[in-house]
Amino acid sequence: MLILECPYCGVTAEETEFHGGGEAHIKRYGPGSTEEEFNNYLFAKVNPKGVHFERWRHANGCGKWFHAARNTVTLEVYGTYTAQTSDIPQDIKDKVSAKVPGWSWREFE
Amino acid sequence: MKRYSAFAVVREALSYHMGWERAWASPEPKKKYDAIIIGAGGHGLATAYYLGKNHGIKNVAVLEKGWLGGGNTGRNTTIIRSNYLQDASAALYEKARSLYETMSQDLNYNVMFSPRGVIMLAQTEHEVRGYKRTAQANALQGVTTEFISPQRVKEIVPIINLDGPRYPVLGGLWQARGGTARHDAVAWGYARACSAMGMDVIQKCEVTSIRQEGGKVVGVSTNRGDIACDKLGIVVAGHSGHVADMAGFRLPIESVSLQALVSEPIKPCMDCVVMANTVHGYMSQSDKGEMVIGGGADGYNNYTQRGSFHHAEETVRALCETFPMVSRLKMLRQWGGIVDMTGDRSPILSKAPLDGVFINCGWGTGGFKAIPGSGWGFAELMARGYSPLTEQFGLDRFKEGRFIDESVAAGVAH
Ligand SMILES: Cc1cc2nc3c(=O)[nH]c(=O)nc-3n(C[C@H](O)[C@H](O)[C@H](O)COP(=O)(O)OP(=O)(O)OC[C@H]3O[C@@H](n4cnc5c(N)ncnc54)[C@H](O)[C@@H]3O)c2cc1C
Ligand SMILES: [Zn+2]
Repeated sequence: MLILECPYCGVTAEETEFHGGGEAHIKRYGPGSTEEEFNNYLFAKVNPKGVHFERWRHANGCGKWFHAARNTVTLEVYGTYTAQTSDIPQDIKDKVSAKVPGWSWREFE
Repeated sequence: MKRYSAFAVVREALSYHMGWERAWASPEPKKKYDAIIIGAGGHGLATAYYLGKNHGIKNVAVLEKGWLGGGNTGRNTTIIRSNYLQDASAALYEKARSLYETMSQDLNYNVMFSPRGVIMLAQTEHEVRGYKRTAQANALQGVTTEFISPQRVKEIVPIINLDGPRYPVLGGLWQARGGTARHDAVAWGYARACSAMGMDVIQKCEVTSIRQEGGKVVGVSTNRGDIACDKLGIVVAGHSGHVADMAGFRLPIESVSLQALVSEPIKPCMDCVVMANTVHGYMSQSDKGEMVIGGGADGYNNYTQRGSFHHAEETVRALCETFPMVSRLKMLRQWGGIVDMTGDRSPILSKAPLDGVFINCGWGTGGFKAIPGSGWGFAELMARGYSPLTEQFGLDRFKEGRFIDESVAAGVAH
């Protein structure tokens, strides 16, 4: 059972209180972008076996969107952070590094 | 390879059944093959089988990181049907279903295909309209299905409760020649047939990287050394994203755990497969008497082969309403498999961006039924560069907006 902490209201709850929103930190492409960029933005997923960064929504709670750093094999949650960022906060990166030295994820490391 | 037959059983009995030979060889990998298939699930093995049988390509290795059929092929609830809405899907799944009819004879291996019939229950007005439409589409596609009344449903499935308070049964889409087969036997039967053709099925051999030169694949690295090849087929279901990464491309696929459970064995009580897509309950009875139950898929990427507990609860709750008698059954086992979900819930059978590489994936929650048809089409694609069966299922369809939208059409992909 996956347990997450909402970084807004501070509630810690199991997964049925939340709703997964898929890959995080995606750069949005719209009109004027190339076909390749638009395709990648819509469909080309990273689907890592290990460290992953995702969007989640506290659906049955405060309703806010946030981010989670999580491991897709062990289900360990390294930390959660608010949605008002396009980068992964340093303290979260440190937490992941402490457990998985040398990790990288998309353009982040 | 000695053939299995009633006569062979008698003959071997004379020597106390000590004379049976191994069903397949366990060879060391060779230096080079004409074609390598990564993944010895049903789809990978069926591909190898048809490369040899239909196209004469027999210098083939199938590499498997675990054991034969230990992925989703040995973890699924074995529902076989072909009542899809879109023409491209119906063609592929009906090809597969029809090959299941003769698979035991073809492979000389009893896969226990049991065309006992599949009902998809309509429990909302929307579903009634949807299934009537599917029945019409199936008639045009040459797939035999019919929309049946609640009374017919009750005749076929006496243990069903038609007037569930929340979702009464309003009818059903009935495919009389749908059914089940023994999943392990499908993998084992193909492996034996491949081995008999001189192919190498190599277990405990994990591909760790894909080697390329000048934009073309030249081989793979594995925990048992480097192996060269001219053509490479990636057929690894939930690990498709992971292996595609080794070849330097991304897929429109996310991997999640889908779970199933079985009850204690009971006397025969239901001799067909029932799917209740609105409430998410799928049930059939195995020959051993266990009720085999398909559950829900997790709502987030993972590789746990376990599944979240609340899905088991939701599934069982739905089944208790639809089949009140199951409320007193004990559940024996629960497990999960990592399914590869595409955006349109249809598979990908395609050339890959790296020259010489082909990919067969995205079967998600419903690819067991497709194994022989997929192997047939994908082998043709690998051997000839084109197959009418796989034409619509290219990787490009996402970029081009040509979805084969079965997620809306079928509701669920089992
Ligand atoms: C619980 C559950 C219920 C289901 N119910 C149904 C159903 O009722 N009807 C239906 O039609 N379908 C059903 N499915 C879906 C069906 O099981 C799959 O679509 C199908 O089995 C996929 O077959 P495959 O050969 O592509 O994959 P798999 O059988 O998963 O085979 C892929 C193989 O690749 C291997 N592999 C992965 N990475 C590597 C590597 N790097 N090197 C070497 N080998 C590797 C894996 O070990 C695995 O054995 C269900 C699935 C699940 C999990
Ligand atoms: Zn909250």
